[in-house]
Amino acid sequence: MKSRREFIKTTAAGALIVGSSAAAEKLGLAGVLDQNAQRAETAKSKVVIARDAALHGAGGQLDEKRVQTLLDSAIAAYTGRDRPVEAWKRIVPVDKVIGLKVNGLGGKGISTHAALVLAICERLQQAGVKPGNIVVWERDAHSLEACGLTVSTDRSRVRCYGNDVGGYEDQPVAFGSVSVKLAKILTRECAMVIGLPILKDHSLGCGVTFAMKNMYGVVERPQDLHAGGCNPAIADLNCIPAIREKVRFTIGDAMSSVYDGGPRFNPERLWYPNALIVGEDRVAVDHTAWQMIERKRAEAGVPTLEAAGRRPLYIATAADADHRLGTNDPQRMHLMEI
Amino acid sequence: MFRSRGWMLAAAAMAIVLAGAGTGCKKKLSDPFPASGAIAGWEKASDTRVFAAKDLWQYIDGDADQYIAAGVVSTSTSDYKYRGQLEATVDVHTMNDAAGARKILEAGQTKDAKTVQLGDAGVAYAQSAIFRKGPYLVRIVAYESTPDTPQALLALAQGVEAKL
Repeated sequence: MKSRREFIKTTAAGALIVGSSAAAEKLGLAGVLDQNAQRAETAKSKVVIARDAALHGAGGQLDEKRVQTLLDSAIAAYTGRDRPVEAWKRIVPVDKVIGLKVNGLGGKGISTHAALVLAICERLQQAGVKPGNIVVWERDAHSLEACGLTVSTDRSRVRCYGNDVGGYEDQPVAFGSVSVKLAKILTRECAMVIGLPILKDHSLGCGVTFAMKNMYGVVERPQDLHAGGCNPAIADLNCIPAIREKVRFTIGDAMSSVYDGGPRFNPERLWYPNALIVGEDRVAVDHTAWQMIERKRAEAGVPTLEAAGRRPLYIATAADADHRLGTNDPQRMHLMEI
Repeated sequence: MFRSRGWMLAAAAMAIVLAGAGTGCKKKLSDPFPASGAIAGWEKASDTRVFAAKDLWQYIDGDADQYIAAGVVSTSTSDYKYRGQLEATVDVHTMNDAAGARKILEAGQTKDAKTVQLGDAGVAYAQSAIFRKGPYLVRIVAYESTPDTPQALLALAQGVEAKL
């Protein structure tokens, strides 16, 4: 007998194949993203926090059926389009390869939820992206399995594989303090990447791991980038052109999280924000996520990250004049909570 | 001549053994993971993966540094399933010495830790059990909280402890 999760996966995969027959609409990179890029730097960065208090049941079981609705709400709020297909056409170039960079490094229990990945894949295909033009990826097969995903390189379906299969570029690229070899999935496969990080405390380094830290999974030796609370390494890494230009949208998984003792699964500090955090400005997204963690820590009686000696300094660095990756100024953010 | 050489070899061997004992030299860790069915209700659900200290980031990126600072030599990990439902992961960290294991155990403790009789020292929470025994630091985490979880984890932890 199939487990509930397996059933939902199978059902979603079937829907993905049906969706692939929809006519592709070639919009290039027009839409919300380019409109935002054209706006003056003085414009506010939009960040949407979409919540569903009933997402997790009393026993901590995720109601996977509600994830699609939550995603649709978040994307509708972000784009201003109620119909998901129209909304997605404003976000992605439907005739290009779209990468979905998940995060499974924390292991089972604190990795990007498969239900979210499948919901996005379904909408992408309904918008006209061919299944084989969707690449769900992480560092390796184990990290993908931690998300509840299965490796597949079959081009007739949504592809899902790690850098252990895709490989890394031979030549390193550098910005500021970092010199890294990038994953070929990023450099050669994807025209655009949507980051799907999971919200976590990072107790030994950067304080909070979310949108920008998720890019540690696109380099060959992330372990070299943890010094000094990952500052300025996270900001520098995100300034590398392939990352800065291709990773243009974040759908952050804050459905469950660890507010202390991360980035590993720490059941004693697990919490269910039951939320998605969506935005193009990765700095604003990370700032918003950080504040969410701080509120939970205060509620739980845990010291602030600053008091714990790990304020996420990289967020301010990413916003500074040397990086200009986005804003960490709440006055320059348009935060929508739904 | 031969007799005196024999005595010399025996003395040398004894000296090595005593030196090992004096420095807390650990025995080579055989498989610390209970086989399926060895602990009532528990099945071993994956192959054992082993990470040397230099590769530990591949398993616990971001958390590896504290183990390296405490002198981790290697980490072995395996997944388990209890009565086909409850999933858990067992990590066995082999440290350079008992002090390293103590350092990790104490650093991770929180106010809600409940002391349990495991190894040299151990604590348990609703969904996890952590203990040290000599140079070994064992962390067992369950992915669901059920009424059976604490007792089932304790039984599995005792099974691991017996193999260390």
